[in-house]
Amino acid sequence: MELVCPAGTPAAMKVAVEAGADAVYCGFNDETNARNFPGLNFSREELKDGIALAHRRGVKVLVAINTFPRAGGLELWHRAVDDATRFGADALILADVGLLDYAARKHPKQRLHVSVQAAAANADSIRFYVENFGVRRVVLPRVLSVAEIAAVTQESGCETEVFVFGGLCVMAEGRCSLSSYATGCSPNMQGACSPASHVNYREQRGRMVSRLGEFTINSFAKDEPAAYPTLCKGRFEANGTLGYIFEDPTSLDAAAMLPGLKEAGVTALKIEGRQRGRAYIEAVVQSFRQALKALDAGRPIETASLAALTEGQTTTVGAYRKTWR
Amino acid sequence: MQLTLGPVLFNWSPETWRDFYFRIADEAPVDTVAVGDIVCSKRSPFLADHLPDVVERLASAGKQVMLGSLILVSLPRERRQMADMAKAEDSFVEINDLSCLGAVANRPHAIGPFVNVYNEATAAFLASRGATRICLPPELPLTSVKTIAAALPDVVIEVFGFGKAPLAISARCYHARVHKLSKDNCKFVCEQDPDGLLIKTMDGQQFLSVNGVQTLSHGCVDLIDDVADLAKAGVHSLRLSPQNCDMVAVAKLYRQVLDGRLDVAQAENDLATLYPGSPFVNGFLHGLPGAVHTPLKSAPARPH
Repeated sequence: MELVCPAGTPAAMKVAVEAGADAVYCGFNDETNARNFPGLNFSREELKDGIALAHRRGVKVLVAINTFPRAGGLELWHRAVDDATRFGADALILADVGLLDYAARKHPKQRLHVSVQAAAANADSIRFYVENFGVRRVVLPRVLSVAEIAAVTQESGCETEVFVFGGLCVMAEGRCSLSSYATGCSPNMQGACSPASHVNYREQRGRMVSRLGEFTINSFAKDEPAAYPTLCKGRFEANGTLGYIFEDPTSLDAAAMLPGLKEAGVTALKIEGRQRGRAYIEAVVQSFRQALKALDAGRPIETASLAALTEGQTTTVGAYRKTWR
Repeated sequence: MQLTLGPVLFNWSPETWRDFYFRIADEAPVDTVAVGDIVCSKRSPFLADHLPDVVERLASAGKQVMLGSLILVSLPRERRQMADMAKAEDSFVEINDLSCLGAVANRPHAIGPFVNVYNEATAAFLASRGATRICLPPELPLTSVKTIAAALPDVVIEVFGFGKAPLAISARCYHARVHKLSKDNCKFVCEQDPDGLLIKTMDGQQFLSVNGVQTLSHGCVDLIDDVADLAKAGVHSLRLSPQNCDMVAVAKLYRQVLDGRLDVAQAENDLATLYPGSPFVNGFLHGLPGAVHTPLKSAPARPH
């Protein structure tokens, strides 16, 4: 299985390449990609150089242009598709039907992947993208169990890529306006979920309260680590009970599922975290490289080194195990 | 401008559901009605017995009837359900997930608000495959609505105009989770909340509504003050999404505003009486946080 690693910056790309990535994914520094955070992503020049560097090391570069283009502003997204293709990107990761249509017609030889943001969750959906746009791979949304991934992969005949580590959407990706409801910033349109610009912390009755826009997302005792207030990982009240209604502040770690995913016929494993620093990227990529070597050699997969990277948070295998639902 | 009644999103008892549509057929001034449980495939079998009667009654009353497809289709059983629904040659399907497109390809159909149509290129692609109506996602700002409507004058462009805004869909059932049940053995606890389960922040602020695998806003979208701008933008239809209130009265009220027979300020007051449970919001249309309600254009402050 191919190991696809995040590259939020040129420095992170270099680290991922050296740490054993088979492919890296990245985006331009604007609203065309779903990790549009300040200080992150690539200028035109940086991407051109990054692709050259990765190719020298035999590593592929996948360029995510996976927000939904603004009506009346399609040129920005078209330019991103044209430039990434011109620079020699090995694949473009797209979510919007109109943009897929553009890319397929304008650059018929360019390899296209369906972004997780398109939430293509079954074989019919994948068939739609294959038949209409000739896509070669689909990044599956985090709503499927391993058995379902196997069935979808087999039936669709299309390459599949699944997330194995990092941040975890609990909603079907690309089909969530929670952030937009609270902040006006939409993952689909602006490429940012629960953006830092709308986060504030205040002290209240001896507790640290985290807020997103005008809404309280969580509160912590002084000695408790304060998790970032991602809306769906907040603590809320329902029926008089307080708790993590949607999901605990947890992250995905599917290292233990690698044998099942291989069995399922998955082509590529994706690590989330374009917003992460170099040390983190290096450690995660190396760990998964080791895990894949162990898997190929028939040795048990050692997962302890990854646990240290989750910053004391709990981890989950998410929807890959059916009981998560 | 036309009015469309969206599908009931909540888990109402089959009899309540049937009687609701019978009354809509007889009394509500809406042109088009979407039916079917589009949220949870476990619920739809309960409505199946009544569905033919409901469709028949609505059609006899002159309403265009749309069968809504599931928002999230993943199980084999769900794919079969969708294939069966699309098979009937004379059915007019509202597609809420692109996986259902193949089944109705090149036959006229509608695109529901759960398909990501954010721009004119995507809308044009779908229109070229047979979409004659498109209800845009609730989070679209008016500037986008206007551009899409202008680019596709022959497609009925619809905007989500009343009801709690659907915000997210998940594989996980939050109703089951709140009740400490598994999804497979959920005991249909969502039926306890016919208007959604209120989610409050830790400091007691009303925020969201949970409806099984779906999350909606707690604030109720109300575009009464925006209908003139929507009409000018080329919007052909306004969607009213059923809440647990007198939807016939809500439809009549919107009809009167659209026809210029009811003053906006008066209508806002009347709507607050008809649906007192939630604050009204319209932020998405204005490119603001969805939870915001802009001040009435004709008056500096709105009464709540």
